[in-house]
Amino acid sequence: MDVRPCGDAMILIELDPVVDAGVNAQAIAIADELRRTLGPGLRDVVPAYCSVGVHFDPLLTDHVALERAVADVVARLPRSEPATRRAPIEIPVRYGGADGPDLEAVAAWAGLTVAEVVARHTAREYRVYMLGFVPGFAYMGKVDASIAAPRHRAPRERVPAGSVGIAGEQTGVYPIETPGGWQLIGRTDLRMFDTARAEAALAKPGDTVRFVVAPGSAVS
Amino acid sequence: MTEGRLRIVRPGLLTTVQDAGRWGHQALGVPVAGPMDPFSHRLANLLVGNPHGAATLEITLIGPELECDAQTTMVVTGADFDVLVDGVVVPSATTFSVEPGTRVRFGRRAAGARAYLAVAGGGILTAPVLGSRATHLVSGMGGLDGRALVAGDELPIAAAPTPVRPRRAIGLALPAKGRAVLRLLPGPQIDWFTPDALSVLTTTPFQISTRSNRMGYRLEGAPLLRRREDEPISEALAFGSLQVPAAGTPILLMADRQTAGGYPKVGTVISADLPVAGQLAPGDAVEFAFVDRAAAAAALIARERQLLRYAEPASS
Repeated sequence: MDVRPCGDAMILIELDPVVDAGVNAQAIAIADELRRTLGPGLRDVVPAYCSVGVHFDPLLTDHVALERAVADVVARLPRSEPATRRAPIEIPVRYGGADGPDLEAVAAWAGLTVAEVVARHTAREYRVYMLGFVPGFAYMGKVDASIAAPRHRAPRERVPAGSVGIAGEQTGVYPIETPGGWQLIGRTDLRMFDTARAEAALAKPGDTVRFVVAPGSAVS
Repeated sequence: MTEGRLRIVRPGLLTTVQDAGRWGHQALGVPVAGPMDPFSHRLANLLVGNPHGAATLEITLIGPELECDAQTTMVVTGADFDVLVDGVVVPSATTFSVEPGTRVRFGRRAAGARAYLAVAGGGILTAPVLGSRATHLVSGMGGLDGRALVAGDELPIAAAPTPVRPRRAIGLALPAKGRAVLRLLPGPQIDWFTPDALSVLTTTPFQISTRSNRMGYRLEGAPLLRRREDEPISEALAFGSLQVPAAGTPILLMADRQTAGGYPKVGTVISADLPVAGQLAPGDAVEFAFVDRAAAAAALIARERQLLRYAEPASS
């Protein structure tokens, strides 16, 4: 583990630079514990794949105090991966057709039928490694290597909200309409992010997600 | 306790509601937003006796025309605009009284890019989202329907029953002639860059591209080349992070930045210089200089002292 300053108002706690469920679980556990124990001066704690960003008010605390607090937290955290905190979140998806304009291209890339792509996408449970890009956008993985088509070279200007995409070994759902470069294989009606709910984000770091074929899917 | 309305007669180029930012939700991918020039935002609130997190209007390059239907006190800080209150020019960082029907019109801009208009009694009272009124344009969150203000919008404002005593401050020293030097601390991937790149970064000016916005400034200049081809695994980003995509054109991350990203960061602008960065506009020139942590801390304390001079209670 390495703690690096990132300017005078943030430190980055860097774990092994890999996309790995265990490392990610450790990042999330460190983030949760820092949020629970750090007092005044803490602005935000941001776990990612294998790092934790700690934003602080530089007039109230500093790198030295934070690095000490981080060392304390890391020392007392259990080494084993904590049990999944919540039951898998099920996301019903209409695959293919107008809902998944890239499903056929992904199938062609994979040398599979569209139905086989859907079967492989729905076969796994995915870990939510981190949220980013826009509010509620969950980066999930890892996608079966046989359907892990690379993102488009030129992003679409508009990807509709609810679109389900693949980008290499990552999969995710666009919570709002934005530009985007992922291969769009389907669409869900679930609202991934809604500030009117008590918990705005449907899927949070460390959660498990399963995609299921929804009624009305063009491909099943 | 809403008692007044601020009506947007003309919106200006880009006028948004901003408070101290939507901190605490970046783990869910929620960007912070907030003022591009946090110093001038706080100064505006201090001068009218508001808490520092009260929402102000951030006014960009071309200012709006506003009409108020209540009796209150206002102030404009930051960029140096001619502010006309019922036709009378009010100097920057100087409080002024408004009556029902008073029109506040922004005229010519002499320096800086962004002004902050604060209203006494607690500021702009649009509905908070996740605890903040800051507008984040890309995600359409906060402020008024998550967007820039348009003609005809009406903003709820607080009541200011007791008149605020007149006050005047010395505001932020604005970048002269559209040039600024921003001080940097080394970024988390500084060792990814060639010595030549670091030399280019600190010896040549960069121009702020027209493809710049509240998320970040694209900086045109000599490309910053790397020692390695790969990209870091996506990690948290700071206000002022200077990230460098593969083409070598740096992007200075500003108030509406994403929560995390996967480009290497060569440096981070020190907190004391972020307000200056927030006063830059497309076409302006910026130079960078690395400093150490002690210099960054000293500069921040100096900025804070400048603000604390105005921290006395505004009403007696």
